[in-house]
Amino acid sequence: MAKNVAEMLPGETAIIAGFADEQIGLKLLELGLLPGTAIRFNFTAPFGDPVCVSVSDVDLSLRIDEASTISVIN
Amino acid sequence: MENGRIRIALTGKPNAGKSSLFNHLTGLNQKIGNFPGVTVDKRMGYCQLDSNTQAEIVDLPGIYSLYPRTLDEKIVTEIFSDQKSELYPDKVVLIADATNLKNCMLLLTQLIDLRIPTVVALNMMDLAAKSGLSIDVKRLSSLLDLPVVMINARKGHGIYELKRLLAEPLSASRKSVFQIEDEIKPVIAIIRNHFTLATDYEAYHFLQQTDNLIFLTQEQRAFVKAVAKEHQFFPHKYQGAETVMRYGFIQELLNKAIVKPSHRDWKRVSHGIDRVLTHKVGGYLIFFGVLFLIFQAIFAWAQIPMDFIDSSFARLSNILSSELPEGPFFELISQGIVPGIGGIVIFIPQIAILFACIAILEESGYMARVVFLMDKAMRKFGLNGKSVVPLMSGWACAIPAIMATRTIDNWKERLITIFVTPFMSCSARLPVFTILVALIIPDVKLFGFFNYQGLVLMGLYLLGFFAAIFSAWAMKFIIKTTERSFLMMELPTYRMPRWPNVGYTIIEKTKTFVFEAGRVILAISIILWVLKSYGPPDEMNDAKRVVKAESSSLQLSEAEIENRVAAYKLEHSYAGKLGKGIEPLIRPLGFDWKIGIALVSSFAAREVFVGTIAAIYSISSTEDQPTIKQRLRSEINPETGGPRYTPAVGMSLLIFYTFAMQCMSTLAIVKRETKGWKWPLIQLAYMTGLAYLSAFIVYQVMS
Repeated sequence: MAKNVAEMLPGETAIIAGFADEQIGLKLLELGLLPGTAIRFNFTAPFGDPVCVSVSDVDLSLRIDEASTISVIN
Repeated sequence: MENGRIRIALTGKPNAGKSSLFNHLTGLNQKIGNFPGVTVDKRMGYCQLDSNTQAEIVDLPGIYSLYPRTLDEKIVTEIFSDQKSELYPDKVVLIADATNLKNCMLLLTQLIDLRIPTVVALNMMDLAAKSGLSIDVKRLSSLLDLPVVMINARKGHGIYELKRLLAEPLSASRKSVFQIEDEIKPVIAIIRNHFTLATDYEAYHFLQQTDNLIFLTQEQRAFVKAVAKEHQFFPHKYQGAETVMRYGFIQELLNKAIVKPSHRDWKRVSHGIDRVLTHKVGGYLIFFGVLFLIFQAIFAWAQIPMDFIDSSFARLSNILSSELPEGPFFELISQGIVPGIGGIVIFIPQIAILFACIAILEESGYMARVVFLMDKAMRKFGLNGKSVVPLMSGWACAIPAIMATRTIDNWKERLITIFVTPFMSCSARLPVFTILVALIIPDVKLFGFFNYQGLVLMGLYLLGFFAAIFSAWAMKFIIKTTERSFLMMELPTYRMPRWPNVGYTIIEKTKTFVFEAGRVILAISIILWVLKSYGPPDEMNDAKRVVKAESSSLQLSEAEIENRVAAYKLEHSYAGKLGKGIEPLIRPLGFDWKIGIALVSSFAAREVFVGTIAAIYSISSTEDQPTIKQRLRSEINPETGGPRYTPAVGMSLLIFYTFAMQCMSTLAIVKRETKGWKWPLIQLAYMTGLAYLSAFIVYQVMS
């Protein structure tokens, strides 16, 4: 079932499938978030936004708006 | 190459250890300038590579790829894609974080395609070893066709090998990573021939980001755009495919060069710390605890060196006054220039301490978590998580604070941050606050614990903070933008701060303050000294006679007469006339012309208020606070017969100083950072208007 990173739960892992937003997608690609890579949802900031994810051993912080453009499969 | 000296640029992603390496290579032999045409700090220094090669080292802002996001990053693209530029490096050192090679390689593959001679410095080998990672460096080097050295930039290991490599001739890699698609080859060829470029990839960047390359002239840009349009080249079309292709190459490379990957839980400690520091409740408590500590440091610890500087300069000024021959030139030195310099130097302890704290937080990796914690709240007010650092710096001085906004990529959020930062109570407001609070607030304790004066002081700081936040919120609706705002940033692994880096940051920020703010403060101090010392000659020459006649019955000592003469002269000087001129304007706030003179003087720096007030009330030594307090307390308002400094007047003044934009140096910096007079003028009008209105309300309500 297709879902996006914003819908993942802390500790959950998934595989990046694609990006819904071209502009954000280009920037995420540069940070190493390539389709086919595993992504782990670590934790959220106290108000639920931004979120912290790990991709190939790097911890990144993303806003919910940014995370929701990343579709994942798991 | 010029005069046998080579230019070397350091580049790499943020947090890869660039600053540490730069500091190791150059030591104290470094200076901060500006890149031509843009206001981005250019950190450069010199390094002796071997006995006959000297290198000029330029530290470039951290960047992931040649597609820039922030103002800082644009300069990197600029430099690497203009081979004809005089800043174009002869050699490049790419600093790669060995624990996270994948992310560091993207930029490297772009440099390879630009045919730039590059050395790869594998940093953080200690962490890599700890994580169980094992890299076949020889293999990596041969696959990249570039030299690779292992270094530990924190400890300085491997620096010698790096220097030796850089002193030797270095050729560019012969690899070609990005294969340009056939359909765009013709258009690339046109651009490459037209500008006689060295590589296809350079031509590709001309087409991809025409507007980011500010070295192109208007006509050149129009030409590139016309060619792109004619051949239907759409800038963003190929960027995604390019990145994917590059990562394909990188993955293949790493599959071959990484002998053993890092085990999964080497970041366990860092993640553990994160659980505490970004905790729902605990995270904020810790952050506010840290803020409290910083405040404590600025106020309590900085006081000792500040008192020392204050008394030293007062003494120096006095000695010069009595030792130097009489005459306007020597008076200018002893009473204009020396106190002017003193007024700059006195802020150095607070600025140094605050930036030491900020540098420690940044070095340790905690600042990224602060951005993470604060982003949502800050965004509600039109700001960005990254606005936290500038706002905090604003407590020391708005000038380095405004310069720190360059890391905010969204123009609107950056502008709002610049606009509201001067509301944060800077160190120049503190002396004004201290003396006025001491004057009007009784020195008693609430519940035997909280000091009333301390509470009021804290209230004023909070007031400034809230003014900043709410102004930002209002601006959010006024400024329109189509530019999107992003956060996307790496949360670096926690590390112990590297102390020399903290030291270099302190030196850098202090220098910025001294040279940027200092020269404006000094210039205005001199102008003010002239205004305060000169007036219509007939009135000024009369001073001694009039004072003697007035006070002949008072049996005054010689010194007291001197002070009265000085006060008389000040009243009749041009500054005095100015004060009297604005009196009708400030009367509704409860101020008289004497306070008017002090307000005008505050345009040099706010703390000049204290010295000016002392002079007006004919008190000779400015460092004697109790005397000033005593004198202010006994000052009578001729209209009411009661004291001049009633709580209403004092509060009104305090509020005025909290809000008003009274700092010429800040306006100059805002003008530079926003490239025009529009924003500094709006800021001046808005802040001073708000100050006037609030002081008016406070005075009218309280009296």
